[in-house]
Amino acid sequence: MMDKMEERVSEILSKYQSDPGSVIAILQDIQAEFRYLPPPVLKQVSTELSIPLSRVLSLATFYRAFSLKPQGRRQIHVCLGTACHVRGAPLVLEKFERELGIKTGETTADGEFSLNAVRCVGCCGLAPVAMVGEDVHGKISQTKVAGLVKKYKG
Amino acid sequence: MPKLTIEGLEDIRKEDRIRTAGREGGPFRAIVNVHLGTCGSAAGARTIMAVLKAEIEKRGLSDVLLTSSGCAGLCSQEPMVTLEIAGQAPVKYASLTEPKIRAILENHIIRGEVVREYALGTGYEKTGGQPALTANRGLEAPPGPLSSVPRLDEIPFFKKQVLIALRNRGLIDPANIDEYIARDGYKAVVRALTGMTPDKIVTEIALSGLRGRGGAGFPTGIKWDLVRSAESANGGPKYLVCNGDEGDPGAFMDRSILESDPHSVIEGMIVGARAIGAAAGFIYIRNEYPLAIEAVNNALRQARDYGLLGRDILGTGLDFDLQVKRGAGAFVCGEETALLASIEGRLGEPRPRPPYPARSGLWGRPTCINNVETWANIPAIITRGAKWFAGIGTETSKGTKVFSLVGKINNTGLVEVPMGITLREIVYEIGGGIPGGKAFKAVQTGGPSGGCIPKEKIDLTIDYESLTEAGSMMGSGGMVIMDEDTCMVDVARYFLSFTQDESCGKCTPCREGTKAMLEILTRITQGQGTPDDIGLLERLASSIKDTALCGLGKTAPNPVLTTLRYFRGEYEAHIRNKKCPAHVCRQLNVYTIDPGLCLEKGRGCDVCRRNCASDAILGLKNQAHLVDQAKCIKCGVCFDVCNFGAVRVD
Repeated sequence: MMDKMEERVSEILSKYQSDPGSVIAILQDIQAEFRYLPPPVLKQVSTELSIPLSRVLSLATFYRAFSLKPQGRRQIHVCLGTACHVRGAPLVLEKFERELGIKTGETTADGEFSLNAVRCVGCCGLAPVAMVGEDVHGKISQTKVAGLVKKYKG
Repeated sequence: MPKLTIEGLEDIRKEDRIRTAGREGGPFRAIVNVHLGTCGSAAGARTIMAVLKAEIEKRGLSDVLLTSSGCAGLCSQEPMVTLEIAGQAPVKYASLTEPKIRAILENHIIRGEVVREYALGTGYEKTGGQPALTANRGLEAPPGPLSSVPRLDEIPFFKKQVLIALRNRGLIDPANIDEYIARDGYKAVVRALTGMTPDKIVTEIALSGLRGRGGAGFPTGIKWDLVRSAESANGGPKYLVCNGDEGDPGAFMDRSILESDPHSVIEGMIVGARAIGAAAGFIYIRNEYPLAIEAVNNALRQARDYGLLGRDILGTGLDFDLQVKRGAGAFVCGEETALLASIEGRLGEPRPRPPYPARSGLWGRPTCINNVETWANIPAIITRGAKWFAGIGTETSKGTKVFSLVGKINNTGLVEVPMGITLREIVYEIGGGIPGGKAFKAVQTGGPSGGCIPKEKIDLTIDYESLTEAGSMMGSGGMVIMDEDTCMVDVARYFLSFTQDESCGKCTPCREGTKAMLEILTRITQGQGTPDDIGLLERLASSIKDTALCGLGKTAPNPVLTTLRYFRGEYEAHIRNKKCPAHVCRQLNVYTIDPGLCLEKGRGCDVCRRNCASDAILGLKNQAHLVDQAKCIKCGVCFDVCNFGAVRVD
């Protein structure tokens, strides 16, 4: 298992010619591949790019795109931008929490969904908005949440 | 692929006109253009596209061209399709659904009869203050609009708009460089590279009066001049950067431009490279904008294939190339020094200025950073001249500004308006007023760095100075409309929670100060505010403003200061009376059910009880219902789902 992971990370590193300047892009590709940044991988990146592990870790914890815990197969992002906020997004987020039985930032026990709040997906004209994976759903409300979760569960 | 010459560009212009122009005798009888921006897709445009594709194939309609373009501007009426029949003006259809598009297919595409009831308008929007200069790629004199459908440029939402940065909105396929070229694309590059000295280009931009559209409004010509004249250590290269880290919540014009018209930005940057003497550039795009990243990467490939990027561009001897850098989700990276650090692969933390990036930017070299919308304005200025651009707008703010008009407003969308327009025109004419007959309360501009402008200032003319005087700022162009149901204390708390969350933590005033302000605001919205809180907020705000390191911290108190300035009464109601006048601060709300209304009108429909999040509603079907206050978590679902107005909030 570990070997496979190492191999995949090596492939990603070589795509960027192990360029330390591309460390953020490399971590993004790794995040996309594994849905989180596994600790052994961070060591591998640090060694290969000759960047101190502390710096890799600081990048991994500074940027919102990275996660040190595995994310769900389907990631739900509820937009909390201004337009969404004034149109009731906080209530929608709470409804998702109740529907999934998890808090914002957590992943369901079966690894299916993770729930996160996001600062504006730039689709304000259709507020409030939630993204499931890369699908953007506009004009949602508390009453539409259960149906949405069900649709993606199926 | 052979590199293009200048003549080659002209050939593409002619060829594309013949290929796609909906003129009689041309290869296509009808052109169907689906608007597929992120907003359109979210509203269902992909389904519309799929239906059309399947039907056109099934029926073998080989004389119908199905194409797509980006955002059409009016988000609230997505999905939209523009249909052009050879020899006739285009018709824009809005708020489409599957049955509607099938009806349009039968009647308009096949039989040529406009479906009036679904049509939004006909004809073209005004581009650059001149009607339909090159719209309808190719037809020198566009056909007159259809008399049975309102003219697009007479519809209130479009009427006062002047498209410069958004000049290609809804007209071209962003994935096809030829369509951009056909609408006078890359003309500015030809002019700048063959007919203008770098000096002349910088002068032209300075004369146009263009100012940074990212928010601060620094004159672009002066910035270019600074970078051009800056000495680069050891003669190293200079860089250009496009700031597409559009983090302000409520603003999405940069996303729309990058998605729908990426070449306008690329062309602006090539002109900039010639003027400044830069060898390379970066387009930094937010991670949250996957479609924009894809569109720009594709556009860069096509420009490179044509020799518009790379070595010896169009045989003029200019070497310049661009690459995309993807953000990783940090609001502070919109700040220029943090953005540069992020491009270099470091932590996106700001550093003190000076030195400004114009002297010491990427890898210590002179770097010119402009926002997406600023770059997109450049080609239009070079093609039409500084004088034309400076003729639009006010004394100090020239040209147009794109705003994203969102929140509690009927027509949501992107609006590009001349500087100097009044807030009233934007809200009531373009925006069509407030939904549900509610009262307009305020407009929030400038994102977390801006402020709320109250209804008393509705006749304010919009430019950089007037917005700053009102206590807000231009910012990147988010315009969030708030009505009587919006609580201004909650809005202030919202922005502080935003900046507190996004504070990078490097300097103390921002890290600790915003946290303290947020705590006070949270306390007030929960009914635990004390009379001293307002004074404390004001003192904290002024020290943070004076001492924070970067723009994020320095401007973080603005939303609190403007709401205190214009809506102090609301703060006092929360603190003294423990009431939220707009019923937004839920800890202060009490939900009750009017038993009479519940029974008489709703016949005890039971919908509230079934939707209640905490089993706090008692009652059987056909009986009046009741809220158990001890169990109620104040989620407000009952209020939302009741169809009879029986649930009351006090």
